[in-house]
Amino acid sequence: MNAARYGPVRMSGELSGQVAIVTGGASGIGAATAALLAEAGAAVVVADLNAAKDGVGRFVQHDVTNEHSWQALLADVLKGEGRLDIMVNNAGITGGAGNVESTDVATWQRVQAVNSEGVFLGCKYAIQGMKRTGPNKARSKGSIVNLSSVAGLQAGAGAIAYTASKGAVRLLSKSVALYCAEQKYDIRGNSVHPGGVDTPIFDPLWQMVGREPGKAFLDARHPIGHMAAPTEIGEVILWLASDRSGFVTGAEIAADGGLTTGLMRRQPFVAPR
Amino acid sequence: MSRLADKVVLISGGASGIGAATARLVVREGGKAVLADRDGAKGRALARELGDAVLFAPLDVTDETAWNKAVAATVETFGSLHGLLNAAGVGVRNSIEDCSLAEYRRVNDINGLGTFLGCQAAIPAMKQAGGGSIVNISSVLGLRGASYAMAYCASKGAVRLLTKHVALHCAQMKYGIRCNSVHPGYIDTPMIAPRLDQPVGNMSGRQWLEELHPLGRLGRAEEVAAMILFLLSDESSFSTGSEFVCDGGLTA
Repeated sequence: MNAARYGPVRMSGELSGQVAIVTGGASGIGAATAALLAEAGAAVVVADLNAAKDGVGRFVQHDVTNEHSWQALLADVLKGEGRLDIMVNNAGITGGAGNVESTDVATWQRVQAVNSEGVFLGCKYAIQGMKRTGPNKARSKGSIVNLSSVAGLQAGAGAIAYTASKGAVRLLSKSVALYCAEQKYDIRGNSVHPGGVDTPIFDPLWQMVGREPGKAFLDARHPIGHMAAPTEIGEVILWLASDRSGFVTGAEIAADGGLTTGLMRRQPFVAPR
Repeated sequence: MSRLADKVVLISGGASGIGAATARLVVREGGKAVLADRDGAKGRALARELGDAVLFAPLDVTDETAWNKAVAATVETFGSLHGLLNAAGVGVRNSIEDCSLAEYRRVNDINGLGTFLGCQAAIPAMKQAGGGSIVNISSVLGLRGASYAMAYCASKGAVRLLTKHVALHCAQMKYGIRCNSVHPGYIDTPMIAPRLDQPVGNMSGRQWLEELHPLGRLGRAEEVAAMILFLLSDESSFSTGSEFVCDGGLTA
């Protein structure tokens, strides 16, 4: 890579003057992303139900399913940080492992409320905030990054309510991208589809089978040979948040170690029968 | 013709559009059809017209109890259930800025939750019948985004993926039940009728929609029904979890 031409790989200071909100930013992919955005110079607002013990950025208590909570968050950020450039809609739940036969309506609605409605509201209020503050001198654009999943690409990975919600995020992200392009808002929108990431989302599984055997099983499922560290997904989000991805909008970016890519001569994983 | 001889198919949204066209084809191919719809007047009229092979059942797809009643009525009348077509749906124009949370939820409840509940209600009856075929109507807007149909796109993306879940679950459980999604382009049905008169730029709504399709016209409900019939019948016995596109080339 020609460093002189493309600049340093690290983005130190590259996002200075910019303001980012990360929902679910107190743990997992969200916390790793918040740290990377802060390291790149952005002022980061961590919006989550509970604060992390030693998280970066400014914490704001927030419930993604509640529209009033979104209005309050946006007002708070515009007052506190003065602008909004980057929105990472990361908060999500699995809702357990229910299949089409075992999932009840209440579980379905709860998962859609967080994963689908929460991202819808996140995009809606992000656009409001980004429009209101107008172009940044150092940067004219806004970027919305929505966390879908490999379960938004293929069904093998998830419960039905989770899978449906991530399919919704995948398509609504494209609609947001096209709408903002059509309105000439200079706001990009993309979805990220992580494979297995070593975050607290797997705690219930670790409790069932033990962390080491569970992780070895999931490592072997990914053609690349391991689960992702949260930072590996955070790097993708950081890239999408920055102007380095300036021509990327409406795209679905898989960061899944090859999980959804196709067939190999030696299958890394055979589904239990 | 008897491509569906003695097969019983439950059709949500069976009173009009793609659902009604499929019902006609099911009957023509020797099957029985249950028209499950909110519109009782239209549904009963079509059921009368098509004769003894057709039953009407009132159905609000967001109501779990109504689904169970519709499946029970199907089994009571025709003895079993082999096919389910989830055709009920709403098409709504809205953008990320003008869509309210209530409207987002309404569209996703009818198109997303409604399809999920249909699959859930049908599976036990299909297991008893020794297998079956579920066809879920998604859309080209479950494959591509649209600046003017945000909530609809989200709901059809959900249908696209939940279909794959149902297919894999039933395969793993060895139920003999297949599940596929159909992705129509703009079809000349009551759902898009309001759009035909709304001009876009210097084109009529109809012209604008026609020009989206490389074939230069809207689709006909019968053309989608023909694809659905293939999926409901045993002719498609090795297809499951797949996306069947019927869009006049729109996504090409």
